[in-house]
Amino acid sequence: MENTYTLSVFTEDKIGLLNRITIIFTRRHINIESITASESEVKGIYRYTIVVTVSQEQVEKLVGQIEKQVEVLKAFYHINNDILSREMALYKVSADALKENELFTRIVNENHAKILSISPEYIVVEKTGDEREIKHLFNDLEKFGMLEFVRSGRVAITKPMKTLNTFLKEVENNSKTTVKHFNN
Amino acid sequence: MKKHNKYQTEVTGAEAAILSLLDAQVTDVFGYPGGAIMPVYDALYDYMDQLNHYLVRHEQGATHAAQGYSRVSGKPGVVFATSGPGATNLITGIADAQIDSTPLVCITGQVHSHLLGTDAFQETDVVGISMPVTKWNIQVTKAEDIAPAIAKAFYIATSGRPGPVLVDITKDAQFGKTKYVYEKCESIRSYFPCPKVNEEEVSKAAELINNAQRPYILCGHGVLLSGAEKQLLDLAEKANIPVASTLLGLGAFPPTHELYVGYLGMHGNYGPNLLTNECDVLIAIGMRFDDRVTGNVSKYAKQAKVVHFEIDPSEVNKIIHADVAVLGDAKEALELLLPKVKSQKHTAWLQKFTDCTKVEFEKVVKNAVNPATEKLRMAEVIHQFHQLSDGNAIVVTDVGQHQMITSRYYKFNQPNHNVTSGGLGTMGFGLPAAVGAKVAQPNKEVVAVLGDGGFQMTIQELGTIMQSNIPVKILVLNNNFLGMVRQWQQLFFDRRYSFTEMKNPNFVAIANGYNIKGKKVTERKNLKEALKEMYESKEAYLLEVVVENEENVFPMITTGASVSEIILE
Ligand SMILES: Cc1ncc(C[n+]2csc(CCOP(=O)(O)OP(=O)(O)O)c2C)c(N)n1
Ligand SMILES: [Mg+2]
Repeated sequence: MENTYTLSVFTEDKIGLLNRITIIFTRRHINIESITASESEVKGIYRYTIVVTVSQEQVEKLVGQIEKQVEVLKAFYHINNDILSREMALYKVSADALKENELFTRIVNENHAKILSISPEYIVVEKTGDEREIKHLFNDLEKFGMLEFVRSGRVAITKPMKTLNTFLKEVENNSKTTVKHFNN
Repeated sequence: MKKHNKYQTEVTGAEAAILSLLDAQVTDVFGYPGGAIMPVYDALYDYMDQLNHYLVRHEQGATHAAQGYSRVSGKPGVVFATSGPGATNLITGIADAQIDSTPLVCITGQVHSHLLGTDAFQETDVVGISMPVTKWNIQVTKAEDIAPAIAKAFYIATSGRPGPVLVDITKDAQFGKTKYVYEKCESIRSYFPCPKVNEEEVSKAAELINNAQRPYILCGHGVLLSGAEKQLLDLAEKANIPVASTLLGLGAFPPTHELYVGYLGMHGNYGPNLLTNECDVLIAIGMRFDDRVTGNVSKYAKQAKVVHFEIDPSEVNKIIHADVAVLGDAKEALELLLPKVKSQKHTAWLQKFTDCTKVEFEKVVKNAVNPATEKLRMAEVIHQFHQLSDGNAIVVTDVGQHQMITSRYYKFNQPNHNVTSGGLGTMGFGLPAAVGAKVAQPNKEVVAVLGDGGFQMTIQELGTIMQSNIPVKILVLNNNFLGMVRQWQQLFFDRRYSFTEMKNPNFVAIANGYNIKGKKVTERKNLKEALKEMYESKEAYLLEVVVENEENVFPMITTGASVSEIILE
C-alpha cells in the first residue's frame, strides 16, 4: 500500500549532493513530489525535506540508499502523523478584486492569509498552511482572476525529540574505523 | 630520482597530485594522456622511477586494468584520463567496479575552471555523468584542494564496501601553486563504512545455526574483501555446513574440500541451486542475492530462515528478507560467531549434495569434459587447463559462455585468483583486467579466458601488453558466435540467430602483429600440448582454440524460473 512519506535528510554541504540524492529516486522511477533544502540549526549541516508517495518497503530502501551516500549524515522517514508540516504559497490576483473589496478581504482573513503587496494591476496574497488549505484558498481566489500562483515545497518538523547535536555526537563516534587491505 | 622536499616552498597542483599518490602508497597507474591532464603527465615525468604508468590503448582498458589489479592485490586501482572523451570512456569500467565493489581512484583532467559550463573544448560534466556509478566523486578547482581530495578518495574507495571514486581536477588547479601537505584521511563525519558487529545479533545467528537441521552457507565476494576465508572454513568445519559460492566468491572456500558443494547461479551447479529450496537456515556471507543467484525471488528459499552477514546496511532486506542480519565486517562477525556455534554432523543433509553432484556429473560434466563430439568443447579446454595449472593460476574471464564454463570447470584453489565481471557482465573486461592482474602479481601466471566476441571489444590492449612487456596468457575460446546470446536465441527465440554469428579475423596474425606469439588449435589431439606451451611461455602468448559453434551451457535456470527448477539439459 502506498502512503505519503516525508523524508528528512541531514547532509554535509557539498556541491552535487542533491543530484546524487535525486538520482536515487529517478533511477527507481519514483516521483519526488516536493523537495526543499536549507541549513539546519547546526551550522554547516543541511536538511532536505523530500515528499514521496511510495510503499513502506520502498521508503525503507530509499532511506537505506540515501544514507549510503558518503556526505549524508542521517536520513529519516515519517508518516504525516509524526510531523508538523507547512507549505507557503503566493497568489497574484487581478487588482479588480478590490472592486469586491469586502468579499476579497473576508476570504483573505478567513483563510488566515495576508496581503503582501498591492499595486494598480494586481494584489499578492501570502498563505502558509498545509496542502489542503493552500488549495482551498486557491479555489476561493480564482474567481478574481488568478494571474500567478506559486507554492513552496513542504517543510516539516518531526514530533519525536532528539536534537541534531546529540545525534551528531553519536555519528562522530561511529564513523571511525580502520581500512583493511588483504595481503597475499 | 626526484625527491620532494617537505620544506620546499611550493609545488604545482599537478605535482601535488603525483605526490599524493606516492603518499597513498600507489606504485602503479593505468592511463591515457590528453590536453586537460597534461600538467599531471608532465609532473609524472619526474617521478617515473617511483610510479609505474601503463599506457593503455583506450581509457576503458585503464579502468578494467585497474580493476584486475585491485581484485588480485586488494589495493585500489588508479586511473588517469583526460577530460571529455577520455573521461566518458571510463564510465563502463567505473560502473563495473561499482557493482562489483572494486576500489578504484580515477583522476580526470578537466577544462579551466573559468570555462566550466561553457561547452569548452573537451568539456563534459564527468562528475555529473559518473554520479550514479561512483561511490563518491568530486571536482577540484584549486591546487591546495588536490591533496585533501585525493586522500579522501583513497579512504572512501577502500573502506567499508569498496567502490570506485573519481576526482576531476581542472587544468588551472593543476597549474596552480600550493604548499604540499598530505594528511591521510581516516574518518569522515558523515560516513560510516563499517558498522560495528552487534553481539546480540551474532548470538541470534548462532542460535538459528545451532538449531538447524539443514544449514547452508552461501559465500560471496565479501568474504574475500574482508579476508575472512579462514573464519569461513572454521565455521563450516565446526558445524559441518555445506558451502556454495557466488561467481565473485569463487576461491573463498577450497574447492576440493568435502564441504564445498559448488557454485551458485543461472549456470551454477545443480545441488547448490536446487537445495537452496530445501535448507532450513540459509547463511549468506558477504553476498547480495543478485538475480542471477536467486532466480525467481518469490520462490527463493521461502522455507528457510535467513541469516545475512553484510557490511552494507542497504543490502539487508533489499532482495531477500533477513531473519537475522549481522551488520559489519565478515571476518570480525565470523570470529565472534565461531565460539557460539556448536559442533554438528548433518550427514544426511550433506549426502543430498553428494547425490546431486553425481547426477550433475552423469548428465552434464562427464560429457562436457570428455566429449564424443568431433569438435572441441569449451569445458574440456578449461578442464585440461585446470589440471595443467593445478587450479593455481589467476584466471581472468570475459563475459559469455566461456565465462560460465570457466567458473564451472576451473577450480580456484586460492582466494583472489578469479577475476571476472559479475554484476555488470561487461564484454571487453577480460583482456585489460588480465593486464592489470599481471602488473599486480608479476610472479603469478595470469591467463585471460576470452570469447571471440569480447576479445574484439578491447583487442587493442594487445598494444599495452606489447609496449609494457606484460607476459599475459590469452586463451580465446572461439565458437564464431556471440555464444551466450545465441544460446538464448536457440532456447527462447526459436533459433532465430539474429546477428550473433561472427566473422572473425585471424587472431594469431593479429597477436603476431603486436609481436605476441600465438597458435591456433582445432583438434583434440593437439590441445594438451598447446595449452602447455601457452602456460609455460615466459612471454605473452595467445592460444586460439576453435570450439563447437553451437554448444549450450548447462545446467541452467531460465528467466523467471525458481532455483529448484534448474534444468540439466
Ligand atoms: C558490452 C556488452 N555488450 C553486449 C553484451 C551482451 N552479451 C552477453 S554475452 C554475449 C556474447 C559473448 O560472445 P563471446 O565473447 O564470443 O563469448 P561466448 O559466449 O561465445 O563464449 C553478449 C553479446 C554484454 N554482456 N556486454
Ligand atoms: Mg563466442
